[in-house]
Amino acid sequence: MMKATKALPICSALLAGCLSAAATYGAGYTPVTDARLANPEPGNWLMTRGNYQGWSYSSLDQINTGNVKRLVPVWAVATGVNSGLQAPPLVNNGMMFVGTPSAQVLALDARNGNVIWRYKRELPDDFSALHNTNRGVALYGDKVYVMGLEPVLIALDAKTGNVVWEQKLEDYHTGYYSTMAPLIVKGKVLAGVSGGEFGVRGFVAAFDAETGTPAWKTYTIPGPGDPGGNTWPSDTWKRGGGATWMTGTYDPDTNLVFWGVGNASPWFGDQRPGDNLYTASTIALDPSTGAIRGHFQYHWNDSWDWDEMNAPMVVDYKMGGKTVKGLLKPARNGYLYWLSRSAPAGGGSVIGFVHATNYVKQDVFKSIDPNTGRPTYNDDKKPGTGKKASFCPSLWGGKDWPFESYNPKTGMVYIPANENHCGFLDGKVQEYVPGKWWTGVDIPDIGFTVNKDATFFGDVQAWDVSGGKKVWDWKVPKSMMWGSILSTAGGLVFVGGTNDRKFRALDGKTGQVLWEFITNSGIIAPPVSYTLDGKQYIAVASGWGVDAQFQQGLLSNLLPGWDKSIPEGGVIWAFAVQ
Amino acid sequence: MLGLGVSWSLLDVAAAAPKDPAAARPTPGDQLVFVLGDRKGQVVKVEDLALGGPQELAYPMDPATKVVRDATRLNQVLLIRLDPAELKPDARANAAEGVVAYSAICTHQGCDVSQWKPDSKMLLCVCHGSEYDPRDRAKVTFGPAPRRLAMLPVKTEGGVLVVAGPFKGKVGFMDL
Repeated sequence: MMKATKALPICSALLAGCLSAAATYGAGYTPVTDARLANPEPGNWLMTRGNYQGWSYSSLDQINTGNVKRLVPVWAVATGVNSGLQAPPLVNNGMMFVGTPSAQVLALDARNGNVIWRYKRELPDDFSALHNTNRGVALYGDKVYVMGLEPVLIALDAKTGNVVWEQKLEDYHTGYYSTMAPLIVKGKVLAGVSGGEFGVRGFVAAFDAETGTPAWKTYTIPGPGDPGGNTWPSDTWKRGGGATWMTGTYDPDTNLVFWGVGNASPWFGDQRPGDNLYTASTIALDPSTGAIRGHFQYHWNDSWDWDEMNAPMVVDYKMGGKTVKGLLKPARNGYLYWLSRSAPAGGGSVIGFVHATNYVKQDVFKSIDPNTGRPTYNDDKKPGTGKKASFCPSLWGGKDWPFESYNPKTGMVYIPANENHCGFLDGKVQEYVPGKWWTGVDIPDIGFTVNKDATFFGDVQAWDVSGGKKVWDWKVPKSMMWGSILSTAGGLVFVGGTNDRKFRALDGKTGQVLWEFITNSGIIAPPVSYTLDGKQYIAVASGWGVDAQFQQGLLSNLLPGWDKSIPEGGVIWAFAVQ
Repeated sequence: MLGLGVSWSLLDVAAAAPKDPAAARPTPGDQLVFVLGDRKGQVVKVEDLALGGPQELAYPMDPATKVVRDATRLNQVLLIRLDPAELKPDARANAAEGVVAYSAICTHQGCDVSQWKPDSKMLLCVCHGSEYDPRDRAKVTFGPAPRRLAMLPVKTEGGVLVVAGPFKGKVGFMDL
């Protein structure tokens, strides 16, 4: 059962400096409580997107538009890993925790990057995953939670890195794996899975945070007799996809968890006629039971590999003169959605449609029902089995998984987007073999095209969440945008995501670049902010890889002058104003 | 209950040492059997392979015991039949009647090299698009793979493909 695991103590008894570091953190570790997660201190970064609502926002303002030009690196530390780093560093009172590819966790001194402990997972020798990345750890009590890729949920002692417990979610031989950051809600650890290209049936599972005891497991693909089960013909639900590969958001007011559900499987809708709930949807879960309380499906009968795996942000906004308790989501399908959230006593639909507009060129939707948000399609833009069709944006969408950010001071949402790219798919019926590629399309029949005359490809867009209008658009001429965004009360927008290895600070009101720094590699991880001894820091991991790398390779064939590869090698950086 | 980290890991490694013939590496004299499709489990002959590609996936099989060595994916190989004149000398030295065999485990992240790019006639990894030239010892021609695929020397006995020696090169991918 148990896989080989180990925590490597970096300090030995011979090293007095390490002893003092261990003593400091051993005695002084501050447990993470429900109250702290619901109302995180500005000086810490306790969860992936900073708060339960998923804002990726820091209320710190010591680093601001006036002094950001003096921002300099104060430390950096090598992770020892190539391949894409996609995890934000979490910070709890001076101790930093970062996940890396291959399910490694580093515990660092947030003052100087010194390694306090390191956990390395020893994966089975025949294990492979489409993505071996890690998208973050979770903190609760005196533990750190990380997904072993297999997929296994692992609880580590925050002070030592020792394994406290492990729980296997599924058998990796059948195509399941996991890279997401667990979500902690009221004493439970919620975890999701990847595998939508291998014919899995997605689910969210919850475990007792203290003991690891399984609490509930909710499939995103309903079976026969379940609500929504009639949206799947015959036994297609068994391999219907609907992976849950990004972390949910949580609304303490309604006590609902919002979780994103990925693409349907195989990729072509004519092999599974129907709406195919809950693929390409947001589901609302009761965190204590796992019951699905409601859902909103962005596009039915998904045929474009447009996962809607990112949970919406929990944001209140004004629309049509009324304040809406809402959800906001820039979707992979290229539309920006304003939704409502509620928890009626009798159950029923808790996610309502309010408004949607495209934020990149999208040629698939013919219309969107103004009452329900349900789209109609241009049929010639819907690929199928033996039916090649092109569509915009490509399968990577208007944006992929990188996080948008909401700044309550400016009232704007900042979206990392990609424009001027399209794709085509030509489907077939593929033999199902457990653990093997099962999308219904061979790789050479997945097309990626760009507008060669375009003046930009990646961009950061700022939208007024209440007016529903775009305010500014910072465009990148020679790169796609793969960076998650951090906005701050200092009026800044921090973002990497470009192929020039740069980390930038933009003016949140205008989109003007105020500061930039060239790092070791490309940044595809979310930036965070924290304080130590009254001083504000910005931290981010730089390490190119995963889909940004794959897409860059394709672009180097399409666009003259684009580098074939970007240097790899994960480094964590911390910056402060000097 | 799981606090015994390092000592447990040593025990695990010892326990995993392959006595199981289905987990043993390809052994000289092994035949090869199809992994997929209608011919799954069938012994591969040269004439079963389309000249010029695409590749077929196969597992080695002990012909005496009929044990298929499929207990680990690391034993999965790809077979492709090419015009012998197209093969570079290093590839030809390990080929039989134009058939070359390589590990089907991508050196990038360990995914299957199960796809074929008809326009450039390259082997293609299903995950991140790394391409390998089957004519040139599976040299990387595109994508993130850091090194070529391991080659499995083959010969023929009465038209049946047979493993002629152990893998040349490292099977699998770099991990931590």
